[in-house]
Amino acid sequence: MTSLTAKDKEVVKAFWAKVGGSAAELGSDALARLLVVYPQTKTYFSHWKDLSPGSAPVKKHGATIMNGVSDAVGKIDDLTGGLLSLSELHAFTLRVDPANFKIFAHNILVVLAINFPDDFTPSVHVAMDKFLAALARALAEKYR
Amino acid sequence: MVVWTEFERSTIQDIFSKINYDVVGPAALSRCLIVYPWTQRYFGGFGNLYNAAAIMENPKVAAHGRVVLKGLELAQKNMDSIKATFADLSKLHSEKLLVDPDNFKLLTDCLAIVVAAELGEDFTAEVHAVFQKFLAVVVASLRKQYY
Repeated sequence: MTSLTAKDKEVVKAFWAKVGGSAAELGSDALARLLVVYPQTKTYFSHWKDLSPGSAPVKKHGATIMNGVSDAVGKIDDLTGGLLSLSELHAFTLRVDPANFKIFAHNILVVLAINFPDDFTPSVHVAMDKFLAALARALAEKYR
Repeated sequence: MVVWTEFERSTIQDIFSKINYDVVGPAALSRCLIVYPWTQRYFGGFGNLYNAAAIMENPKVAAHGRVVLKGLELAQKNMDSIKATFADLSKLHSEKLLVDPDNFKLLTDCLAIVVAAELGEDFTAEVHAVFQKFLAVVVASLRKQYY
């Protein structure tokens, strides 16, 4: 896997500026889709009463996750360093199998395609895909 | 054997009736070649694939995108026997075209994204789930003859 080029970072930042304040809502949609399209992911949320799309915990947590992604855009020049504590959280406390990061990334891309059909061009798509893969790698850093 | 609920059958039918084949096929294939550039290895005879713009304007890519979508339509019309319907196609991809089957998932991921953009709000989580299931069955059927 190659690392992010200067061009990639530019494209990601420019596109994310367009996403702006809708990030929270998009995150909720992406998480809702994860639970519906890949039901095996529900195992991580057995402590929630309601796992349906639009439920309070799904909405809130989707927003939390996507705010983390927004934060990562700001730390794009050093994802490993910037996401260190989040990586420790996922590795030691949450223990989410990193394969799920890929699935979640796919759902983020689907949600972006739905909401930005004209801006989410193939060139933006490849930059975002690379960024989310780099994010996933940074998040998996402390696992072993 | 794959079991389809009534909702799943009607959803797939609905998707195929709504999407524009001339847009979705070419868009999905060109996106695959752009986002996962190593997939270009299978299209040496297609001419200029040098950058995103070239790929999106390449008439051979567009034509082949339509061929791929026609193949998916074949699956949609034979939902209860996709494996059997695709037996020859699977052989073609494994023995003649020598395509690494991991590539099928890359293309179907792009298809999901393109259809999502086409259908917008109509591509709800439930519709999304059905479409991914359909694509997973298609991919498994295409992989079937490999070993």
